[in-house]
Amino acid sequence: MVPITTLHYLVVAAALFVLGVIGVLTRRNVVIVLMSIELILNAVNLNLVAFSRMWGKLDGQVFAIFIVVDAAAEAAVGLGILIAFFRNKETINVDEIDLLKW
Amino acid sequence: MFLNHIYLIPLFPAFGAAVMFFFGRRLQKATVSAVCVGVIVLAFLFSCFTVAEYTHFARGTGRPFEKIVYTWLGSGDGHLTFTRRDGTLASFNADAGFLLDPLSSIWLLFVTGVGMLIHVYSTGYMTHEGGYYRFFGYLNLFMFSMLTLILANNYILLFVGWEGVGLCSYLLIGFYFHRESASTAANKAFIVNRIGDAGFILGALTLVWYLGSFRFVEINALARSGQFAVGDHVLTAAALLLFVGACGKSAQIPLYVWLPDAMEGPTPVSALIHAATMVTAGVYMVARSNAVFVLAPTAMKTVAIVGAITAVFAASIGLVQNDIKRVLAYSTVSQLGYMFLALGVGAFAAGVFHVFTHAFFKALLFLGSGSVIHAMSGEQDMRHMGDLRRRIPTTHWTMLIATLAIAGIFPFAGFFSKDEILWQTWASEGGAYRILWFVGYGTALMTAFYMFRLMYLTFYSPSRMSHEVEHHVHESPKSMTMPLVILALCSIGAGWLSWPHSLGGSARFEKFVEPVFAREAVVLQEEGKSGQLAAGEKEAEHTDKTEYFLMFLSLAAAGVGWGMARRSYLNAGKDYVEPIAEKAPPLYTVLYNKWFVDEGYDYVFTGRRKIGKIRLGAMGAGEAASWFDAKIIDGAVNDVGWVTRAVAMLSTWWDKWIIDGLGVNGPAILARMISYPARLFEWGLVQWYALVMIAGLLGFGMYYVWK
Repeated sequence: MVPITTLHYLVVAAALFVLGVIGVLTRRNVVIVLMSIELILNAVNLNLVAFSRMWGKLDGQVFAIFIVVDAAAEAAVGLGILIAFFRNKETINVDEIDLLKW
Repeated sequence: MFLNHIYLIPLFPAFGAAVMFFFGRRLQKATVSAVCVGVIVLAFLFSCFTVAEYTHFARGTGRPFEKIVYTWLGSGDGHLTFTRRDGTLASFNADAGFLLDPLSSIWLLFVTGVGMLIHVYSTGYMTHEGGYYRFFGYLNLFMFSMLTLILANNYILLFVGWEGVGLCSYLLIGFYFHRESASTAANKAFIVNRIGDAGFILGALTLVWYLGSFRFVEINALARSGQFAVGDHVLTAAALLLFVGACGKSAQIPLYVWLPDAMEGPTPVSALIHAATMVTAGVYMVARSNAVFVLAPTAMKTVAIVGAITAVFAASIGLVQNDIKRVLAYSTVSQLGYMFLALGVGAFAAGVFHVFTHAFFKALLFLGSGSVIHAMSGEQDMRHMGDLRRRIPTTHWTMLIATLAIAGIFPFAGFFSKDEILWQTWASEGGAYRILWFVGYGTALMTAFYMFRLMYLTFYSPSRMSHEVEHHVHESPKSMTMPLVILALCSIGAGWLSWPHSLGGSARFEKFVEPVFAREAVVLQEEGKSGQLAAGEKEAEHTDKTEYFLMFLSLAAAGVGWGMARRSYLNAGKDYVEPIAEKAPPLYTVLYNKWFVDEGYDYVFTGRRKIGKIRLGAMGAGEAASWFDAKIIDGAVNDVGWVTRAVAMLSTWWDKWIIDGLGVNGPAILARMISYPARLFEWGLVQWYALVMIAGLLGFGMYYVWK
C-alpha cells in the first residue's frame, strides 16, 4: 500500500478546484454556480489544512476557519442576489443575465 | 401774301388729319366729311391763288420762290460743318423750307385739284364702309405728306414727305386690315418702297458729300456752274442711287411688284395714290434733280431703258388680266415707264406734261372703275360684267373719254403728251434712242388694245352678270359722278395746254416749265425766251415732216389696237375665249402669271420657296443663321457643358471613393474593427467574465512556473 503523503491531499484539492471552476464556467443554473463557488473555496480549505499538517503549524487551519466564515457570508449575499435576480427575471438561467450585453 | 404763307398749304390737310386722330371717333360722318374735304378745298383754293401770285412774281423767268420757315437740321453757327471736295467749308443744313417754281406749281395744282375731287368722291364711295373717319384721316395725312414732298426745298424735307406717302400708302392699302391679302399687300408695298428709300438716301447723302448742300437751288447752281465734267463718276453714282429710289416709289422694274397688289385698298386710294400722286413722286424727284442727271449720261440712259422696258413689260401683263383694277394698275406702271423714258432721253418737259395729263385720265379711270364696282355690288372680275353701257351711262361716257385719252387719240389729252414723248425719243441726241421709240410704239399699241378690251368687256359686250348683281346695277350718287365729269372735262382739255408747235400751237405748258430744265448756267432768263438747249424744240422746227409722220403712226397704233380689241371682245358672250389663249397658250400662261416675277422673287429674294433643298434670300439667310446658331454655337455650348459634366463625374468619384472612402470612412472602419475585440471586455455574460478571470490567473501562474 502507498503511504498517503501531502501530495495526495494537494491533488485532491486541485481536482476539486478544477471541478469547481468548470462548474462555475459551464453550468446554467445559478444555484449550481454558487455551489461550485463553494466547492472552489472548500478546495482551497483542503489545501490549507494539508499544508498545515505538513508544516506542523496551526496557521493554515486558522486561515481555513476565516475562509469558511467568508464563504458563509458570500453564500448569503450570493443567494440574496439570486433571489433579487429571480424576482426580476423569473428564471435562474445564468445565460439570461445579459442586460449589459451589447 | 399767299406766297409768304405757302407753308399753310401742307398744314391744312395736316390739321384735318390731326382732328381725325384726336376726335374722329366721336364725330358724325357729316362732320368728318366737312372737315376733311373742306381742308382740301381750302388747300386747292390757296394753291390756285399762290400759283397765280407766283406767275406774277416770276414773270416767265421761272426763278424759284423760296421760303425758309426755320432751320431744322444743322445750325447756323457752323457746328456741323464739313469740307467739300474742293476744299471750301460747307455747312450741313436742312431747313424746313418751301420752294415754288414752275415744276412744283404744276404738281401743286394737280395734286390738290385731283385730291379734292377724290375726297369728294370718297364721301360717296365710303358711306357704307366702316372706319370712315380713319379713312379720311389717312387721306389727309397723305395729302400733307405729298404736299410736303412737292414743296420741299431740300432733299431731306422731300424725304420726310417721301416716307410719309409711303407710310400712308401702307395704311391705306391695308385699310381692310382684317383681310389677310390686304395686310400682306400693304407690307409688300412698304417693304419694296423701303428698298428704294435706301437708294434715295444714299444718293442724297452722296450729293451732299460731293456738292456740300441739300438744297435744290444750291445744287442746281453748282451742277450748272461748269465745275463738274459730264460723266462725273460720283454724280453718276448719285444719280443712279436716286433713280433706285424713284424705281421703288414709282414702280419701275424691278421694284414695281407692289403696285398691282396695292389694288387691295379701296378704289379712291388706288386713284389718288397709285395713279395720280404718290407714284409720280419718283418722276418729280428725278425732274427736280435734272441738273445732276444731265451731268450723268449713263444714268440718263439707264433711266430711259428701264422706263421703256417697264412700259412694254407691264403693258404685256395688262393684256390678259381679268380684274378691272389690275388692268389699270399695270397700265399705271406702263405709263410711268413712259414718263421715265421721257426723262431719260432728256425730254423733261414732255415727261412732266405726261404726268399732268396722266393724273387726270388715270384718276378718272380708277374712279370710274370704282363706280362700276359699286354698281356691280363689289364684283371686280370683268368676266362677270358686260352690257353696262345703258345702265350706268355717266360712268360709261366718262370712262370712254378717259380710255380715248390714254390710248392717245386726237384731240384728247393723252395724245399730246404721249406723242410728245415718242417724238422726243425718236429725235433726241440725234436719234440715239430710236430703238426705244419702237418699244414705246409697241407699248402704245398694247395700251390701246387692253384699254378698249376693258371697255368692251365691261360696257359693250353681252351681259355675263349673275342675276342678283344684274338687278342691283344702279348709277352712282352725285358725289361720285360729279368728280368723274370734272375729270372727264380735264382729260379732254388738259392736253390743249401744250398744243405743239407743229400743229400751230404755242406749247404754253412746256414754255412754263422749261426754265426748270434749262441747261445753261444762268437760270434767270429774259421774258419769253426758254432755255437754249431744250432738247427737242429746236429740232422740231427743222424736221417737221418726221414729226407729222410719227404723229400719224401713233394714231394708227391706237386705231389698230382699238380695232383688234373690238374684233375680239365686242361680242364676248358667257364663254368667250381670250384671243391670246387661243393662238398661243404658253404665252398666255406666262402673261397671265405676270411673267412669274413674284414667284421668282419668292425663290431668290424672300426665300419663301425653296430651290430643291436650299432656301435663298432673306428667309434663307435666316435659316442659315439659325442653323449656324443651333449647330455650331449651341454645339460649342453643349460641348462645354459635356466637359463640365465629365469633370464633375471625376470630381464625384474622387470625393466618393477617395475622400469619403479613405479619409472619412477609413478611420470609422478602423474604429469598428478595433471595437470588435474590445467589446468582448464588456460582454454582459457572467460566465464569460469568470472565464477571463480564470484565464488571467492561469497566465500569471504559467509565468511564475516558467520563470
